[in-house]
Amino acid sequence: MFGQVIAAMTCAGARILTGAQARWVGCAPLDVQRIYFANHTSHLDFVLLWSSLPARLRRKARPVAAKDYWCRGPLRRFAIDRVFRGVLVDRAHFDRDREASPINPMLNALDAGDSLILFPEGSRGPGPKVQPFKSGIFHLAQARLNVELVPVWIQNSYRVMPKGSLFPIPLLCSVTFGKPVRLSEAEQKPDFLARMRDSLAGLESV
Amino acid sequence: MTLREGLLISSGVVGALLLATVVALILRGRARDKANPLISNLIARIKAWWIMVALLGGALLAGQHAVIVLFALVSFAALREFITLTPTHRADHAAVFTSFFIVLPWQYGLIWVDWYGFFTILIPVYAFLVLPSIAVVFADPKRFLTRTAETQWGLMISVYCISHVPALLTLDVPGYRGRSALLMVFLLLVVQSSDVLQYIWGKLLGRHAIAPAVSPSKTWEGLIGGAICATALGASLWRLTPFRPWQAAGMALVVTTMGFLGGLVMSAIKRDRGVKDWGQLIEGHGGMLDRLDSVAFSAPIFFHLTRYFYAT
Repeated sequence: MFGQVIAAMTCAGARILTGAQARWVGCAPLDVQRIYFANHTSHLDFVLLWSSLPARLRRKARPVAAKDYWCRGPLRRFAIDRVFRGVLVDRAHFDRDREASPINPMLNALDAGDSLILFPEGSRGPGPKVQPFKSGIFHLAQARLNVELVPVWIQNSYRVMPKGSLFPIPLLCSVTFGKPVRLSEAEQKPDFLARMRDSLAGLESV
Repeated sequence: MTLREGLLISSGVVGALLLATVVALILRGRARDKANPLISNLIARIKAWWIMVALLGGALLAGQHAVIVLFALVSFAALREFITLTPTHRADHAAVFTSFFIVLPWQYGLIWVDWYGFFTILIPVYAFLVLPSIAVVFADPKRFLTRTAETQWGLMISVYCISHVPALLTLDVPGYRGRSALLMVFLLLVVQSSDVLQYIWGKLLGRHAIAPAVSPSKTWEGLIGGAICATALGASLWRLTPFRPWQAAGMALVVTTMGFLGGLVMSAIKRDRGVKDWGQLIEGHGGMLDRLDSVAFSAPIFFHLTRYFYAT
């Protein structure tokens, strides 16, 4: 309950700060299971993406977050567990053995019917240029072929709260939802990741 | 203002909006193409006018402090639009943060406590010197003058100039005690009507663009028709003001002219940045600055003319 109040306040705060305009260009805000994958330049990114979803989708959309960052201290822990209902993954063990794979918590969330918010670049980039994708999203797509992969371009957030700054400044941001991408049969990992990255980068000028 | 004056103004404004609404609905009913963008934009604009009038009317009813808070929020939205279109660097982060969360509330706080001397120099003197001093700490000399000038300009237009609208409420005009809110009503009515009238005259008769490279929609026909009508409107409102009829006409003409120039200057900035509107906050109109460009340019001049010639 308390978590939901904080969540509503966070959304309102994001609106005041950025205007958080959602632009549904390539798909509609439908209640289907999706993985929203976005460019990552600021701590605000997932809050922005999450706030720009309509409330009924927001309740089911869980941001994938780094365990090492969000488990430091009780406040962060509370925020990611109760407010954002994040899926925590271990960045350190990405791509190693499939047994203890960080993909598992994401697959569990998908199997429970939730959608995911994912930043496939892994960590925040310095500016608007999209960094190469980590391979986790390929394994997810391969394991759950029926889930839509929606590219989401978050514009301007690196200026609102750049890497290393403590406070945000108010600037208008927009969140653009593109056309869903699907893994085609026999598509190799590098091709797929490059195609995903292009579909995201292409939204910058839409 | 007295109850009678309040009722007079609100019935006038509501009457004009009702008329506009009826005309727009008739136009839509008669249009062959139901999705005509001009008509849907007109309807969106009128709808936004209803909301803006309701907000301002509510604030006026609630008193001077509510008006100050309302315009502080207006300035916040305007500055947010301005800085968004300004290519600030990482090194400007602290200076921009200071502009939003220290300078802006401070400026409106000075109106609240009615400290005219400080109000009038906070941004042109103190912010002017302190903001670049903050930015320089972050050691990024690239385009330093441009960046500093852009942030200062944003503050001047969005905060300093716009704050002169609620500051009208603090003017002490002999024989006009308790009515200074009417000065604000006079200014906003004349400027905004002038914008609308220039738009209408331009759409009806506009042939000769004044500055096609800057703003293709501004025509001599629109300007002259709009200015004459807005001046006449200002003169007819003289009873609400401390001015004589010819003085009210003169004030309205000055305000209209400044408002026109404001629209032109702000258009040049938009054009340079490659955008049509400052934002999307007000449906049909664009952003806050699209609606207030003319007010930003006319409010300080109107404030100082009134203060110099009429106030004590």
